[in-house]
Amino acid sequence: MSGDGTGRSDDESEQNASLPGQAPSERPHPEARRNTDGIRIDPVVEAEHEPRRAVVSALVDHEPGVLAQVSGLVSRRQFNIESLTVGPTTVDGHARITMVVEETDPGIDQLKKQLRKLSAVISAGEIAGETVSRELVLVKVRGDAPEQVQAITEMYDGETLDAGPRTITVELTGDEARIDAAIDAYRQFGIVEIARTGETALARGDVPTTPGEQPAPGCDTDDRERTAQPSADDGSAVPTEPAARTDGGERRPTK
Amino acid sequence: MTDAKPRHREYTDETASRGAAADSTDDGIARNDESDPRQEETNQDRSHETDDDGPVSTGAEAIARALEASGVESAFGIQGGAIMPVYDALASSSVRHVTMAHEQAAAHAADAYGVVAGEPGVCLATSGPGATNLVTGIADAKMDSDAMLALTGQVPRDLVGNDAFQETDTIGVTRPITKYNAFADDPNTIGAVVEDAFRRAGCDRQGPTLVDLPKDVSLADVDEHAEFDDTTSTEARSDGERNPRADPDGVEAAARAIESAERPVCLFGGGVVAADASDVATTFARTYEIPVTTTMPGLGSFPEDDELALSFAGMHGTGYANMAITHTDCLIAVGTRFDDRLTGGIDTFAPEADVIHVDIDPAEISKNVHADYPLVGDAGAVLEQVSAAIESPPAAEDWRTQCTEWKETYPLTYAMNDHEPLKPQFVVEAFDAATADDTIVTTGVGQHQMWACQFWTFTEPRTWVSSHGLGTMGYGLPAAIGARIAADEAGETDRDVVCFEGDGSFLMTIQELSVAVRENLDVTIAVLNNEHIGMVRQWQDAFFEGRRMASEYDWVPAFDTLAEAFGARGFRVDDRDDVPATVEAALDYDGPSVIDFHVDPEENVLPMVPSGGANGQFALSEDHL
Repeated sequence: MSGDGTGRSDDESEQNASLPGQAPSERPHPEARRNTDGIRIDPVVEAEHEPRRAVVSALVDHEPGVLAQVSGLVSRRQFNIESLTVGPTTVDGHARITMVVEETDPGIDQLKKQLRKLSAVISAGEIAGETVSRELVLVKVRGDAPEQVQAITEMYDGETLDAGPRTITVELTGDEARIDAAIDAYRQFGIVEIARTGETALARGDVPTTPGEQPAPGCDTDDRERTAQPSADDGSAVPTEPAARTDGGERRPTK
Repeated sequence: MTDAKPRHREYTDETASRGAAADSTDDGIARNDESDPRQEETNQDRSHETDDDGPVSTGAEAIARALEASGVESAFGIQGGAIMPVYDALASSSVRHVTMAHEQAAAHAADAYGVVAGEPGVCLATSGPGATNLVTGIADAKMDSDAMLALTGQVPRDLVGNDAFQETDTIGVTRPITKYNAFADDPNTIGAVVEDAFRRAGCDRQGPTLVDLPKDVSLADVDEHAEFDDTTSTEARSDGERNPRADPDGVEAAARAIESAERPVCLFGGGVVAADASDVATTFARTYEIPVTTTMPGLGSFPEDDELALSFAGMHGTGYANMAITHTDCLIAVGTRFDDRLTGGIDTFAPEADVIHVDIDPAEISKNVHADYPLVGDAGAVLEQVSAAIESPPAAEDWRTQCTEWKETYPLTYAMNDHEPLKPQFVVEAFDAATADDTIVTTGVGQHQMWACQFWTFTEPRTWVSSHGLGTMGYGLPAAIGARIAADEAGETDRDVVCFEGDGSFLMTIQELSVAVRENLDVTIAVLNNEHIGMVRQWQDAFFEGRRMASEYDWVPAFDTLAEAFGARGFRVDDRDDVPATVEAALDYDGPSVIDFHVDPEENVLPMVPSGGANGQFALSEDHL
């Protein structure tokens, strides 16, 4: 049975063993190429993808290990993530993870698809259409010029949480640019510490924030609003703010 | 390090044996986020042990029943402290347990069992080192999308997080390498969790799942009146109900692309085998006369003796497959994730091709190679859809002629004369010639694996069992054990199981010979012994100016006498003329046998596409690299 197999050439005593055939340089090779995203580059389909900022929202089971799943996914696949916030939603046992990423379109697409594969993810997607988004920051500045600090705090609609002889701590909310600007303004007094939550976001209007997302039963009816009104004494005008605040310590992302 | 395990027995018997179940006898089961059980556990009332004369069902028994209900016939594993209750329950179950020599081998055996049987394989290990030893095998199964369920013991819940003896954060460690994992914290649902994990392993894109089983939960009594609540939010949207069929509009568009293609090529991946779609895929290619390449895991999805077969593409694939995949204008890729060993450099991969990508996992679409026609669904179902939509076959006669010419121009051969040492390729061919088509081939990782791919003619699915994505040396022998047991269970005791190993690879799991002997498994192991980490040696010669750092062995054991010491049959072959008779004798031996083939240490695997290179520029000799 020896030598019954596939094409074997006996007694070819070439010293520098080479398989038969044309050398690589002699072979024809197509001119066309693909880019790093595996997309064919030619005049018609040419599409170099620039990274862009995207807000991806994921509705997840509120259970231990979910954040580890998500952050593990993000780090392992090298997605460029700017911030990540977590908090409960209207539905018991659900939480929302809001991620701001700086990625190319194929990258954002991959992130969404990979998120959806996680067992704890209920739905995930880039927030479609317009988003309303807010970030909360606590800034502790030197207390040498309390009036001037107060003026800037008022200018940015902030709130003074603590004022001592040596430091003043203020709270601000806003979009990233606004908070950056405020921090710049405080710099003149000497900033001691900063804590930022990262951006959290909802889709504007009646668009669900994650695909197919539904509020908990009875949560958004007129009936519910009427009865719930009196107890809502904390006039939370910015809907995202409470979510950022109630962000439980152990669920907070570690960067 | 593993010799620490037996000591666990003394430890756990005192701290967390049956008595530990008592703290959950009053109907509320303590949750691990409460601190009170910690207090109760130390003041254990051991009198509870006396009431086990009644038929008390425990968490462990629920696990055993779950495995039986899932149709599990065999499981591979190693005993140890925290998993003891589960083993105790397995003793009175219908599940056959195969005791392995190392947990890594248990995972590989379960993996291979799953590939051959078409059902998820099951492996078990204790906590700590048992679980971490499984890790390589789990990662291997993940990379190859092989269905497998791993059950790991864990320290009792009240000790979790305390750095207890043999405690590892198994859930944390295995999170990135499992498709799904779960910490079972309730004896009333532990059976359902195990069943669910088994189901998840085998559905959609298959993969390894793991359930971590704290010892106190396995030991705890199951509340007979507790309803199995399998409608928890996670399960309600179980990912098992994915539509197997692709979007009809996408199918139509893909069909038009195939009809108008002039140079179409099929690329069948491991997904075709996993989906049991080999028949459909073969019919598809033959109906439209489209040449077929496969990936390495896709070997066996299409008969390699077919006229249309171009064998496998990629780094060490055939020249003709790589020519075809480079020049195609329509690549019909089914069940492949476009691994870099297949694509080479993405920039030069099938650069003129419209890519039709059929895959069950939407995340694979356009991950590495952009899909012009994405078709998400089951390989077989979608190919049938596409087939129904194609109105006329592509006019590809010239292309088929071209492919045939390439087969003639770039044959897979090797030089051998009487004066040269034995060639490893010759050994592979001799085994192929001596065995039937349904023979199962397993391998380790390295040169020997590539020669097995190249010189074995695969004609049937589930006959090729190897470590593709992770490239785990030492995979071959444990895989042969798993494959043998799967074949025996299916009544195919006459089927041959041949394992090709390298000397370096074999040494990584050689202890499993003890298992093959103990279980009297009829496997034949061919060691292609070149006294090197051959693939590394080849790369050092090509890319590191021949500096053979740490790749040359001065000495390797005599594998034939070593095999005899284990109780297996051992043979040694140095001469080409002795190959056929020895192969015959080893195959005839009813039990594990090892042939130590001393082969040419300078033989290289060719052709070769250098890492990141262009497939069409494959090297035919070392000079081309």
